[in-house]
Amino acid sequence: MKVTILQFPGTNCEYDTQHAFEKLGATTEILWHKADEVPADTNLLVVAGGFSYGDYLRSGAIAKFSPVMKAVSAYAKNGGKVLGICNGFQVLTEAGLLPGALKRNENLHFISKHHNLKVQNNNNDFLKELNNGDVVNIPIAHHDGNYYIDQEGLKELQANEQILVTYCDENGAELNPNGSVSSIAGVCNKQKNVFGLMPHPERAMESILGSDDGVKMLEGFLKA
Amino acid sequence: MKAIINVSLKAGVLDSQGKAVHHALDSLNFEGVEDVRVGKQIIMQTSHTDEDKAREEITQMCEDLLANTVIEDYEIELVK
Repeated sequence: MKVTILQFPGTNCEYDTQHAFEKLGATTEILWHKADEVPADTNLLVVAGGFSYGDYLRSGAIAKFSPVMKAVSAYAKNGGKVLGICNGFQVLTEAGLLPGALKRNENLHFISKHHNLKVQNNNNDFLKELNNGDVVNIPIAHHDGNYYIDQEGLKELQANEQILVTYCDENGAELNPNGSVSSIAGVCNKQKNVFGLMPHPERAMESILGSDDGVKMLEGFLKA
Repeated sequence: MKAIINVSLKAGVLDSQGKAVHHALDSLNFEGVEDVRVGKQIIMQTSHTDEDKAREEITQMCEDLLANTVIEDYEIELVK
């Protein structure tokens, strides 16, 4: 399994992401944003978290024009598996590879803490290792994580089972930290090969550090 | 020609910053504030002399980069 991890100026989660996937036995490559193609042996392409281009203008707005993004779009259109974590999710929505947009958190604070997530749909190539209704403890760390989509778009997401994870409390009851529509924490595209989420599963790999629930998520991402 | 581009959240999209500013103004006892929206202004100096061409190009800039039309509206003002 080969995981390719994108790196823009300002990306800061690429080494955590690399460490997490290597821990699960994957080989990895960090790909600088000037690259004009995705390595041919890539099984999973990760747009890592951070602050690409300093979040100038809007989070992810400038990164979407990096040279590598044309290759990322082509890779996704050919059915390649793409995962966007945090800033990576913002980049993928800005690039139009995922529906909706990420707004400033409703309370205007940067929120950095562990949060519970509920698995809403495991009928996809990302969350196969988890069951619908499972609650996992995964850290969030974002300022612009307030997911927005209009009512029509929301209905479409629901009908196509594109809402993969939502924010909840430890018992699975809805608990919304940032104002996201329907407490959405992560969505996939219609074809279900592109998945973006605000929480950081790569930061939940060791129980001694608060949670190892990220292991099950990442294992799912590695399954073909 | 100078262009002033105003970008703000669409009507119907909750503007938390606008709400916070509104609340702060109320706390300061300013009366008569009915609604506050916080946006951003981009001031651009261009080499254009033709207004139509300038507007056409800047509209494209807004669609591609300056605004996220999923959540934001934009207005372009040209100043000679």
